[in-house]
Amino acid sequence: MFVKTALLVLKKDFAIEVRSREILYTTLLFALSCVLVFSIAFVKEGEPLLDAAAGILWIAVEFAGTLALGKTFERERYAETLRALLLAPAPRAAIYAGKMLGIVLLLSVAEVLLVPLVALLFHAPLLAHPALLVALLAAGTIGFAIVGTLFAAMLVRVRSRDVMLPILLYPMTVPVMIAGVRGTSALLQSPADVASAGMWIGLLASLDVVFLTIALWTFEPLMTE
Amino acid sequence: MNADFNSVRLTDVSRHFGRRRALAHVSLTARAGDILGLLGPNGAGKSTLIGTLATLVAPTSGEVRYGGQSARALGDGLRRRIGLLAHELHLYPELSARQNLDFFAQLYGIEPSGTVDAALDRAGLADRAHEEVLGFSRGMRQRLALERALLHAPRLVLFDEPFTGLDERAVSAVADRLRELAAAGAIVIVATHDLDLADGLVTRVALIRDGRVLADEPAAPGLRARYRSVMGHA
Repeated sequence: MFVKTALLVLKKDFAIEVRSREILYTTLLFALSCVLVFSIAFVKEGEPLLDAAAGILWIAVEFAGTLALGKTFERERYAETLRALLLAPAPRAAIYAGKMLGIVLLLSVAEVLLVPLVALLFHAPLLAHPALLVALLAAGTIGFAIVGTLFAAMLVRVRSRDVMLPILLYPMTVPVMIAGVRGTSALLQSPADVASAGMWIGLLASLDVVFLTIALWTFEPLMTE
Repeated sequence: MNADFNSVRLTDVSRHFGRRRALAHVSLTARAGDILGLLGPNGAGKSTLIGTLATLVAPTSGEVRYGGQSARALGDGLRRRIGLLAHELHLYPELSARQNLDFFAQLYGIEPSGTVDAALDRAGLADRAHEEVLGFSRGMRQRLALERALLHAPRLVLFDEPFTGLDERAVSAVADRLRELAAAGAIVIVATHDLDLADGLVTRVALIRDGRVLADEPAAPGLRARYRSVMGHA
């Protein structure tokens, strides 16, 4: 029942996005604009600032993710459909899991475009160790989405939610960002520090488990008014 | 566990949002076959009461029992027996009428084929099933939302201002549907501030103001006069 409900919510979000394309286009445009603006600031005479690529990749993911989270829950707020979801005879945590998977999927699409763009603009060998990079991005994106989905759902009825979401989200995701940036930096060294990258992936996976446990446990009481 | 129940009882239910008191020591019972009207001005606490019955709002104190059992004891399955139609229609405007009903049917564990077709027919939207809800009039959306709320044949039917924005014909259709549901044994609770629409429809009335139930009695002719009398003396 849990998995079925989560996949049903994911499928519904996907069907809405296929019709509107609103969140996908705005998120992608925002993420790409972010990288382009940073490239203007940090690439001087064709030479990028040392180690800037890792930070810029993760900042773009985090900013684009915040935008996607806000818009995803704005959609559920418009006709109070979140209440209809919470009224379904399924574990309420499954609704959370479905929304969270949607954000992970959306950010994964953004990352498919962001990685080659950052690699190109910042002369960064991001694709030298593709499996490790995918593991880092997957673990980091899941961690960000776990925390972000919980906060975005909590704030859905708060008037100043657009301001409150980054204020709450960014401090809570600092460990994810540090692990993501440091792990990616390790991969960009010459030669790549594979052992260090593996350690950061392990830390991200541990954070994901802790965050997910807390989120699944607290979602229902937090969403009951 | 049997989630089918013949009555809903609120005992001394209060709900506070910070310092604001939305419900104060509310005790009410609604039984199968009743159409209970929650009547009161805007801000009286009707929607909070509906939310509490729907398990979306947790009481600060007091308890709600569904056929003698608490919501906690009945678990997630209780929500399979509750249908809610609120002022906000709980429909995805970007999806078609059929996609909306398909989604909610599956969410309630119902096989959509057949059930959804019948619901679209009842809503008078069978020929527009594949159109986005965004392009529908308020009346069409309301009819679709009504069928969405009743897809799973709920035992407890909660309506929060169900007549808002409807023309006379649509109001009459919704009222007939409420009577059908009550006759079939559902517990129907309708929150409204429209006395003209409630008069002749509800079988029992609870007059509410400032979160308090001022009167809980069988409906009788002259509802408006009774309402004025109770509210005026409160």
